[in-house]
Amino acid sequence: MSISHAPPAHQSDIPAISKDEESPLDLQPLVPASARRARVPRWLRRTTGPVLLLLLWQLLSATGVLPSDVLASPGRIAEVGRELVADGSLPSAMATSLRRVAAGLLFGTVVGTGLALVSGLFRIGEDLVDAPLQMLRTVPFVGLIPLFIIWFGIGETPKTAIITLGVTFPLYLNVYAGIRGVDAQLIEAGESLGLSRWGLVRHVVLPGALPGALTGLRYSLGIAWLALVFAEQVNADSGIGFLMVQARDFLRTDVIVVCLIVYAFLGLLADFIVRSLERLLLQWRPTFTGR
Amino acid sequence: MATDVHRPVSRFAVHVEGLTRSFDGRAVIDALDLDVRPGEFVALLGRSGCGKSTLLRVLAGLDREIEGTVLVPRRKAVAFQAPRLMPWKRVWRNVLLGLPGKPERAVAEQALDEVGLGHRSQAWPKTLSGGEAQRASLARALVREPDLLLLDEPFGALDALTRIKAQRLVGEVWQRRGCAVLLVTHDVEEAVLLADRVLVMDGGVIAHEQTVDLDRPRDIADPRFAELRASLLERLGVDTAAESPGIESPAAESPAVKASAA
Repeated sequence: MSISHAPPAHQSDIPAISKDEESPLDLQPLVPASARRARVPRWLRRTTGPVLLLLLWQLLSATGVLPSDVLASPGRIAEVGRELVADGSLPSAMATSLRRVAAGLLFGTVVGTGLALVSGLFRIGEDLVDAPLQMLRTVPFVGLIPLFIIWFGIGETPKTAIITLGVTFPLYLNVYAGIRGVDAQLIEAGESLGLSRWGLVRHVVLPGALPGALTGLRYSLGIAWLALVFAEQVNADSGIGFLMVQARDFLRTDVIVVCLIVYAFLGLLADFIVRSLERLLLQWRPTFTGR
Repeated sequence: MATDVHRPVSRFAVHVEGLTRSFDGRAVIDALDLDVRPGEFVALLGRSGCGKSTLLRVLAGLDREIEGTVLVPRRKAVAFQAPRLMPWKRVWRNVLLGLPGKPERAVAEQALDEVGLGHRSQAWPKTLSGGEAQRASLARALVREPDLLLLDEPFGALDALTRIKAQRLVGEVWQRRGCAVLLVTHDVEEAVLLADRVLVMDGGVIAHEQTVDLDRPRDIADPRFAELRASLLERLGVDTAAESPGIESPAAESPAVKASAA
């Protein structure tokens, strides 16, 4: 919208802005984003931090600031890692641990999502399910390990059960919040389009709850590893946690660190999987993606 | 209490008798009667909060906490003020959402072509402009081949230029389809421009009714148009004589004079 002013009269006492008095404005070039964008690829930037940390560690170990009986050097750890892979103890431990996490995640996802659907979609479900779950979720699940051992013995069952329990709550909370966070206007639009009850759930409620569900999945994965560590350090005879307990008994910090690194990488892998899922499933989302 | 929203009636596209809708004991719609003929374009005006949107929601079947008789066609469609597209579905899937069976994508594209949006059928809703999203929403309503099209201030959030185009589009679609249209708006000019009949809602009932018998396409510069507009504004409690003569007639300047803004 333009506003046209009357030309200022010369005899007025308001100073007129005339052409000859005009001072040059201080103009500032606006650089296009493409010119400002860093040349370094994203993945390289993301790996720089950990690599720098590793270099610092090696430096501290080499100079003797960090004695090897407190923490072994990265070089030594790499060597031990190679040995553990070569004699097959690490791969078999990893396979065992992965199997446990996968089973716990599967059960936990089914239970957590199922309960969230029941209490998210139906008011009666909310009344019946939500209160007990809110109560149970404040109980530290790790504290249940002794009880689980009494109930399920020392086999695979208590380990899977503890992971399942850890995974269930964050998924439940986030899927439930996701369902209840769906825009009521969209539900109404769906109704006006003649969607059936199930159609509404499938086309409106579930896609709308997906961002929350994926956040829940991310939390759950983190907790799954945590639960795994706890479960495997009590009465285990295989798995990464068992490897660590054994190393502790022989004062092998290098083996312990190798196991920790394996945990870290598995966590990273899990995060990568969720990130990929989010990129794939949430590409419709009109949200801020960072600069 | 006789409430039936699905039995088709041949003489009317909408038949409402003694409709009452209360919120916490306060009757927003109070024993309202309304008839709309098949193929008729009716505009519903009223002050903000007078219950016009509630009436539309009742007719759409979205609000059933009602008393009285309401008869509407089985095939009806709504376009809301906000486009309300599902952000997780591409435009063409949004258009087909809720249709029975497994309709082909071509069905959606035909409707999108009708509103001039055929080239955006693959797009995500987040990439549409305001006007495009509103047209997609209209296509979603049209693809249902409604006998009654309910429009709830569909141009309210559009800029003045886009609004003119959208109004023209709705006029064309109505003439081509021949469906009954109920347009809820607070824009008097829009109502006079498009409707066969303008209703003013006040105190929970249709307080005033004005048939618009100007030839189409209508010209907002026509003195009879200005006359109708002025009398309707007066009905809505806006004193048109108070308009300053120094300002050019808004009728000629902008098609977006809103009763609520005055």
